[in-house]
This record gives sequence, structure tokens and C-alpha cells, in this order.
Amino acid sequence: MFEIAGIREIVKPENLAYRKSDLLTENVMSYCPGCGHGTVHRILAEVIDELGLQSDTIGVSPVGCSVLMYNYIDVDIQQAAHGRAPAVATAIKRLLPEKFVFTYQGDGDLAAIGTAETIHACNRGENILMLFINNGIYGMTGGQMAPTTLVGMKSSTSPAGRIAKTMGSPLKMTDIVATLPGTYYVTRQSVHTPANVRKTKKAIRKAVQYQKLDRGTCFIEIVSNCPSGWKMTPVQSNKWMEETMFPVYPLGDLKTPEE
Amino acid sequence: MAKIRGSIVVNVERCKGCEVCMVSCPTGTIAMAKEVNGKGYNYAFPANPDLCIGCASCAMGCLDGVIAVYKTKI
Repeated sequence: MFEIAGIREIVKPENLAYRKSDLLTENVMSYCPGCGHGTVHRILAEVIDELGLQSDTIGVSPVGCSVLMYNYIDVDIQQAAHGRAPAVATAIKRLLPEKFVFTYQGDGDLAAIGTAETIHACNRGENILMLFINNGIYGMTGGQMAPTTLVGMKSSTSPAGRIAKTMGSPLKMTDIVATLPGTYYVTRQSVHTPANVRKTKKAIRKAVQYQKLDRGTCFIEIVSNCPSGWKMTPVQSNKWMEETMFPVYPLGDLKTPEE
Repeated sequence: MAKIRGSIVVNVERCKGCEVCMVSCPTGTIAMAKEVNGKGYNYAFPANPDLCIGCASCAMGCLDGVIAVYKTKI
């Protein structure tokens, strides 16, 4: 811990304004510096902690960078086969309907190999929360092109940039699931600035509360960065994301409950 | 008028030196150290502690949750 002489009168337990939730364990996260996964883990742990759901939460982690999520958040977490998290979460929710069930998936998991599971779970209106971290690249395996990669964006398997004619255009899973009648709340957020972190936390809190109503799937896309895969510094990658990714993946609510 | 003073405590060994907190700090309190921690990262530290207002922007943006924020009126 780092302390400077003269601030000891401020650093007292009664003056604490903010610290990470105890649900986020002390294990050092395996994510690269600047990766948005850490922030999403932190706010998810905070929401679960604030609503007192630690013993009533079951998460499903994907295959991808966040596969080791069970090391970082102190709740029950089941690891699913690649792309199959919504199917596993369906079974968990149907067997234990009183629990809060969420899936946490990246774009390679949710939008590529798990497209069928995602669309059908949303179409059935399974009463789960799906968190979708979209950074437009396969981060863990070395930055290959994903379905969500932007047109013209370079990756290790599209070194000259993605060409729409031969490789297709970015797949907007969130827009697709918003058109399905089974979804209840669909939104797209980001975690690159403190203001956006607060908005995302609010969205997660809403989704947790909607799950108690049993009205359908809640789907939150979080547009995130991959400094290592994009070959940028964390600050550069956040700026690039704002300038280049947000026009393709605009932030905001796509489907809100009609009350 | 009471003045609000803040202070941050950085868990240096967990910091990965991504500089996101330095960019999000509205008062320029935070800088990156010239020294490195056990993992070889230039960690964040409050270079200008007198400027801190305890807004918790750094901690909200921190990707590894290493910053604790304290705030008081003096």
C-alpha cells in the first residue's frame, strides 16, 4: 500500500468513499493492462454485493480471456463449453428458478461459435442475464478476426483489414436479439470512462431486478477494448474505440420494458 | 465554506500501470511512478496529493480495482 506523510488524517476507515467490493477476490487478474474485463468484473461484483445476492447467484463463464472468472468473483460459477453458456444457464435457471443466473461471454464465444445458443436462448425468453463483452477480436488466441471485427480493421487473420465482400460485415448480435420477442431489456454500454462505468453498473442493477419479474432475457452488450490484440496502449485503445467502434456499435438502450 | 479533501491509496503490487486513472483524474493528482512494482509495471501514485478532491473517478475507471478513495471535509 502506498501512503504519503500528511494524508494520514484523511485515510481513516470512516472517511472511506470508495473501494472495490469484497466479492472481488484478492487474486491478481490475468487480464492485460487496460483490459475492460477487470472493470466489468468489479461492477458486477459490486451489484451482487449491494443487492445481497452472493449466496443466490450462479454465473456461467465462457471460453475466452474471462474463462478464469471463478478465480476473481466470489460467487458460484460454472464454466461452459465454448459458446454454450446460454444453454447451461437455461438448465440452471429452470432447475433453480429462485437463483440469479447470468452468463458472461466475449464476442468470439457469444457471436461466433455460440450464435445458435444465444439466439435460441433469447428467442425462448429464458429468464437470465447475458453479459456480452464485445472487443471485435479474438483476444485470448492472438487477435484473430471475429464476426464483430470492423470493416477495414486489421487482425492477425485479416492483415490487410477486413473486406466486407469476402469476409462479411460486423455481426451486430445485440441488434438481432433486440428484435426477438423473448428479450425484455437489451442495451449497449461501455466501461472506458468513469461516467460510462456508472451507466453500465446501473444497467446491470436494472437487469438483476428485472430477472425477479420473470419477463424474459436481459441482454447487456459492453463495447470494450483489447489493447494487446489491437496493438495499442490502453489509453490509445480507449480513444480508438470511441472514434471507430462507437459509430458502428452506438451506445444506448435498444429495448426497454414497456411499463 | 468547508473544503473537501480527498486521498487515494493505491495497492501498488496489483497495479498494472495502464494509465487510465491518470487520464480520468480531473485534477491531475495521479502520475505514474518512475520505479516499477514486483511485476515490472510503472504503478500509479498520487503525485500531487493536495489536489485530490475524492471524486473517485480514478477508482471507478480502474480496471483492476486497486484504488481506494477517502474523502473528508476540513
